[in-house]
Amino acid sequence: MQALVLGGFVVSGVAPWLHRLMGGRAALLLALWPAAILAWLLGQWSGVVAGEALVSEWAWMPALDVSLTFRLDGLALLFALLIVGIGGLVLVYAGGYLRGHSQLPRFLVLFLVFMTAMLGLVLADNLVALFVFWELTGLSSYLLIGFRHTDPLARQAARQALLITTGGGLALLVGLILLAQAGDSWSLATLVTRGDTLRAHPLYPCLLAGILLGAFTKSAQFPFQFWLPNAMVAPTPVSAYLHSATLVKAGIYLMARLHPALGGSVAWTLTLVLVGGVTLVLGAVMALRQTNLKLMLAHSTVMALGVMTLLLGVGTRTALTACLVFLVAHAFYKGALFLVAGILDVSTGTLDITAMGGLRHALPGTALVAALAALSLAGLPPTLGFVAKEQVWATLLTSDPWGGVALAALVPAAGLMVAVAAIVAVRPFFGPPVATPRAPRSRPSSLLLGAAPLATLSLLAGLGPGVLDGLLSAALSAIGAPGEAPHLALWHGFGWPLALSLGGLLLGWLAFRHWDRLRGWLEVGLAPWVARGPEVWHAALGWRTLQLAEWQTRWLQNGHLRSYLAIILMSWIGLVGQALVVHHGLPGWPSSGIQAFEGMVAGLMAVAAVTACLVRSRLAAVAALGSMGFAIALTFVLFSAPDLAITQLLVETLTVVLLALVLFRLPHFTRLSSFRQRWRDLGIAGLAGGLVTALMLAVLDGERLPRISDWMVSQGQPLGHGRNLVNVILVDIRALDTLGEVFVLALAATGVYAMLCLRAEESSWSSPAP
Amino acid sequence: MEALLAVIVGILFAAAVYMLLRRSIVKLVIGLMLLSNAANLLVFVTAGLRRGAPPLVPEGLAAPPSAVADPLPQALVLTAIVISFGVLSFAVVLVRRAWELVRTDDLDRLQDTDR
Repeated sequence: MQALVLGGFVVSGVAPWLHRLMGGRAALLLALWPAAILAWLLGQWSGVVAGEALVSEWAWMPALDVSLTFRLDGLALLFALLIVGIGGLVLVYAGGYLRGHSQLPRFLVLFLVFMTAMLGLVLADNLVALFVFWELTGLSSYLLIGFRHTDPLARQAARQALLITTGGGLALLVGLILLAQAGDSWSLATLVTRGDTLRAHPLYPCLLAGILLGAFTKSAQFPFQFWLPNAMVAPTPVSAYLHSATLVKAGIYLMARLHPALGGSVAWTLTLVLVGGVTLVLGAVMALRQTNLKLMLAHSTVMALGVMTLLLGVGTRTALTACLVFLVAHAFYKGALFLVAGILDVSTGTLDITAMGGLRHALPGTALVAALAALSLAGLPPTLGFVAKEQVWATLLTSDPWGGVALAALVPAAGLMVAVAAIVAVRPFFGPPVATPRAPRSRPSSLLLGAAPLATLSLLAGLGPGVLDGLLSAALSAIGAPGEAPHLALWHGFGWPLALSLGGLLLGWLAFRHWDRLRGWLEVGLAPWVARGPEVWHAALGWRTLQLAEWQTRWLQNGHLRSYLAIILMSWIGLVGQALVVHHGLPGWPSSGIQAFEGMVAGLMAVAAVTACLVRSRLAAVAALGSMGFAIALTFVLFSAPDLAITQLLVETLTVVLLALVLFRLPHFTRLSSFRQRWRDLGIAGLAGGLVTALMLAVLDGERLPRISDWMVSQGQPLGHGRNLVNVILVDIRALDTLGEVFVLALAATGVYAMLCLRAEESSWSSPAP
Repeated sequence: MEALLAVIVGILFAAAVYMLLRRSIVKLVIGLMLLSNAANLLVFVTAGLRRGAPPLVPEGLAAPPSAVADPLPQALVLTAIVISFGVLSFAVVLVRRAWELVRTDDLDRLQDTDR
């Protein structure tokens, strides 16, 4: 299974090459890949329906409990079929839609990467793998929304979608890690069996919040819903595939998948029902406000996602059944409708519904597809949409206490969906012809080839919904609602569900008849709310973040070396000092004898160092540094380090000579800093020096660990054949290090020579600013 | 003695940091020298001090007969002394060169010379 899923990445890599070979037709050939996966998945149908889950394990990082294990159960099969099935069709469609587009290869690559990531997401059993695929879908979605990257609107929408979904992704990561800790497993299959433990765990509210934030942002729930309509700047195949059929269902998938582990608590039910309810009402109302076909469909997708969330919140077995049926129905009709929108766009050059009319003569096939899909959207027989809607009504009528609340929101919303369906299917195709920006002409057959099967599936699945029974049953047992298979049927007889459907139909008909007036009201009435909506909050948040970044950049990175140094030093003092005090305590004062002579040498060092800082004459500073160096050399002599003493003496002499030669070609010391600055620097310096002393005392105080130098002392002569152990270490034990040192010195010497002698550049250097 | 030298090293570090925070580039170089000396001394002192027992092996023996000063920190410090001399000479010449070209030793003014 790994090869089948991850092979998609390889295929996506081949796509540009294939495109070079055969041009736009490459999309058709590439569609064979999802077709192959589809065939394989269908081959697993009977096994999965019988209740077997196909597991294919692959240890990825066993030490971290991360595995790339794929698990094909009912729910995964349902989603995977939708992903590869619709993916293949949209790929065919995209080949026609973007024919001749110079960026088509890029599109193909991104599209295949997305499809593969989405497939991995629904098949992954490990939480880490799931998260990786989750983020991968978000990233490829970002690149696909921003496909027309020369358009600033597209870039903005892409960035908005990325910020919101990856922001939610971060929350999801936290939630998943907490979930793994609370449930003591990284495997979804194990976690779903530990629902009772998880719900009783003290971390439950936190992990639920994290996971739901991730799911809500991905599935465009209120208050994050606005990124989805904005994402409609993407090419239509992307809107059809990512932003209605698959990507936005990832959140629904996650919530469904984790339903047995997390669902059923009051917090879960309340949050999902409320958020889903608000989202669906908002989506339905906002949809009718649009005249742009894609925007209208996008808002109705928001509505549909709200319905699914609400049903998951209700959480009874029938509610879950209704959710899944509705999900399948929605994927079929909404995919088809988006593809129709794309056909209208390329044929007429506009997406404005009010600017279209009478297109049924020019585009008869498209009109038929639109009509079929719209029937399903409106929930009219004999389509799957009707079956789903009846199922939803039946669920909500029987579930207390949420059913009543949900019905109050859903019936009007469903009415508005009927209106949307009628507007989408009737306005562009019937009525008197309206002059469009481009004369409508028929488009490549591959466009219709992509759209027609989806609409047909809506119809066929509606006529014989029993086909889905087995799969739904398997999916339901995967999400913790086992039982006998649901019996989907087109006709459930007369009853309340039918009455509600009729009521919604009537409402929808009225809304459709008076759409133009209704739209005007909505436009005026909702304007102040839209201007204060979450999208504005998001923009303000982004703007404030930028301001903060600018401010802190100005403050921290002001271009002054000394302020960088001060910041680094103060952080060092704070962090190391805190660690020292917390982990070690203030070090004690080791008592050891001091001989008078040694004390004098040490005092000379300190006095010389301070003098070097205070004097205003350059010669005095060099002299002070020199005496400090010689005092250090004396210390080396006193404490058994003759080699160091020799080296120090030599280097100190050279340094004094060098400074004496160079320093006097430099300006006199000037006092540049203010009094306050000097005192502040003195404070930092005092703290740094004090901390160093404290650290040294702590080290001297601590116990000695066995040292490698004992070995060096005992083996220096036998192995290194030298009696001066320091020399043996330098030229034998650490010979490579010494070689490096020689190189460093050679480099420094070259640099010094170059700067002293080469003056070719000087003439071309302009004189400095005053 | 270690404790006293620890205090001295602290003073050297403080002096070095104070000089590094100055605006004059020449003082920066002096700070660099103080810093490298202080660091060398730090390594030398924290490894433990021992009087009158240099790490040498007498003629005819395979190892020193009694405990000697730790040779490893000495080797490290020796390397460090030489390297810091290399760095210092480069820095000094660089500063001189900068002075010749831009005629300022104020680091705040050096900021603008690239533009």
